[in-house]
Amino acid sequence: MVQASLDGILLGILFALIAYGMALQWGVMNIINIAQGDLVILGGYIAYTMYLAGIHPAWGVIVSPIIMYFVGWTLYKLVINKVVDRDLFISILATFGIAIVFQQLMNFVFGADVVVAQSEYGTTMLFDNSVTLPNSKIFAAFISVIYAIGLVVYMRRSRLGRAIRATAQNARAAKILGVDTEKVYAATFGINAALCGIAGALISITLTLHPYVGLPYTVRSFMIVIVAGLGNLPAVALSGMGLGLFEEFADYILGTEFRIGAVFMLLVFILVYRRFKLSKKREYLK
Amino acid sequence: MNAIRQKDLILYSGLIILGLAAPFLFSAFKVQLTYLCVLIVLAMTWNLQGGEMGYNSFGNILFYGLGMYLTASVQVGMFFPLAEWTESGGEKTFVHTTAQYFQGIGVGLLVAAIVPTIVAGAIGYAILGLRGHYFAICTLGLGIAAGEIAGGIEIIGAGQGFTTPPFPAEIVDPEARGKFFYFLSFLVLVLAFVFVKYIYGSRFRLILNAIRDNEDKAEAMGIQTMKYKIVGWMCSAFFCGLAGGIMGGLIGYIDSTDVAFDGREMGVFMVLMAILGGKGTLWGPIIGATLFHFFKEGLWTFILGWQYVALGVLIVVIVVYFPEGLMGWLREKYPDRFGEVIDEKDRKAQVEIK
Repeated sequence: MVQASLDGILLGILFALIAYGMALQWGVMNIINIAQGDLVILGGYIAYTMYLAGIHPAWGVIVSPIIMYFVGWTLYKLVINKVVDRDLFISILATFGIAIVFQQLMNFVFGADVVVAQSEYGTTMLFDNSVTLPNSKIFAAFISVIYAIGLVVYMRRSRLGRAIRATAQNARAAKILGVDTEKVYAATFGINAALCGIAGALISITLTLHPYVGLPYTVRSFMIVIVAGLGNLPAVALSGMGLGLFEEFADYILGTEFRIGAVFMLLVFILVYRRFKLSKKREYLK
Repeated sequence: MNAIRQKDLILYSGLIILGLAAPFLFSAFKVQLTYLCVLIVLAMTWNLQGGEMGYNSFGNILFYGLGMYLTASVQVGMFFPLAEWTESGGEKTFVHTTAQYFQGIGVGLLVAAIVPTIVAGAIGYAILGLRGHYFAICTLGLGIAAGEIAGGIEIIGAGQGFTTPPFPAEIVDPEARGKFFYFLSFLVLVLAFVFVKYIYGSRFRLILNAIRDNEDKAEAMGIQTMKYKIVGWMCSAFFCGLAGGIMGGLIGYIDSTDVAFDGREMGVFMVLMAILGGKGTLWGPIIGATLFHFFKEGLWTFILGWQYVALGVLIVVIVVYFPEGLMGWLREKYPDRFGEVIDEKDRKAQVEIK
């Protein structure tokens, strides 16, 4: 039990980092990115490639976001800028297409095997050796928190951060007041991809990588965002941990084969629950 | 009016004759033709609620997969213990006689049509209260969850899959299997077309369109939107279940995530085909499905291995540059053919506003 709880919380912090990227782009650009999870996996593969090249994969948390920023920026220039102002369904479907392309390309480049980058950090034993905690998980949670705090400070203080927040509030007004919204959107998507890159690098040393496991990460972050709301970082962190806990316990109680199924069912239940709650006031999820 | 009717009559009878003759004309492509029929059915019924009702669902694959598993389970379970069948890879120990096979698939298809319809009705009230992208994501989640859960249930084969009963060996004609499945799917296609055509001429379609255009206003006008939304979804589910049942028999093997609840292929295909042809038109999904199928079959073999990349790129291109679809484009180009009268002045004014 303690094992599952600790695992869940540490994992949840990682999910929260991905969800924060999701909330950022959803809030600023009003798109839902189904390819989010695949960006994460791609980030993970970057770290894995470094590991294969003999560099310690932990350096991935610095290299991977830099590469991923440019991947995100390119993706924005190629596709996303055409779906920003359109119906959300268009963005869902378009990013679904991107997700398929990414999955398949990763499958070609890195193979269809489940891989993991060994960090060789060892494990910590707690409570008379009844709980094993890989140090890599603690490291991952620690790095996530640092990056999250860094990002919040950056969004508050820097010029670009202010521009992003202004665009999120009212893109048109921001444009009139001289904000280059096109640039802001590209930067936002880049930052989102970079966050995915960090998370992916951390996942490569704590969990496993496989070309086709992206979608569950997308759904997890989507779920966290709809529970926590857009742009509410403490709530994102909390619901991320909640999700991590739920998952570990679902794994523990139902068995590993139902783990992903449980995540997707939870999504359905959360949406339906919110829908019933809102329909009492004759409203609906917007 | 009469002249148009006559033209329609010629068109329909021509299509039916073509459909009936197709397996003899292109006898090497029977499986492909069966696929085409199933794809058209899926696209057409997706369009019923995706295009007409405005509820873009990624989750119709749920009914498709459900129908597939149900047909196979009923077909086996009517005569043999289901658990032992899936345990041993089935077909080695138990053999269906010809009569058993056809009885089984008949009852199975019936169940496969009815149960998904009931399921759609049961979950409809909860799910259809969500709107827009929440509905899309929720149904996406449903479809994938169903696949993951089906992959964990032992009695229907779990992760190792479920072999559907092989076509009875007593029928020696090697063409029989292909013909049987083709005509079965063609029958379902005709049924679906007649049904959708009927809906297109009814008040029901206008209600669905009202829901798509503005649900709150439709409700304010006294339409019980929830009731109609559920019925619309149930119509889709009915045909998705049938299509799934046929595909299960045709493929001969059911895997939880790669064949039945195959959100990555079928689930996206049906959305894509409807959009390619034009959402919210009668002929759009049919043309879209046909084009898509030809494109897929023509290209798949040349770009072996790269097909998913091509598919992904195709989705992006269609969705980003061509969201109105073929029929929408034609409509824009030749509005008078569609019986629309356009005021040139009004049109120019609109362009200026843009």
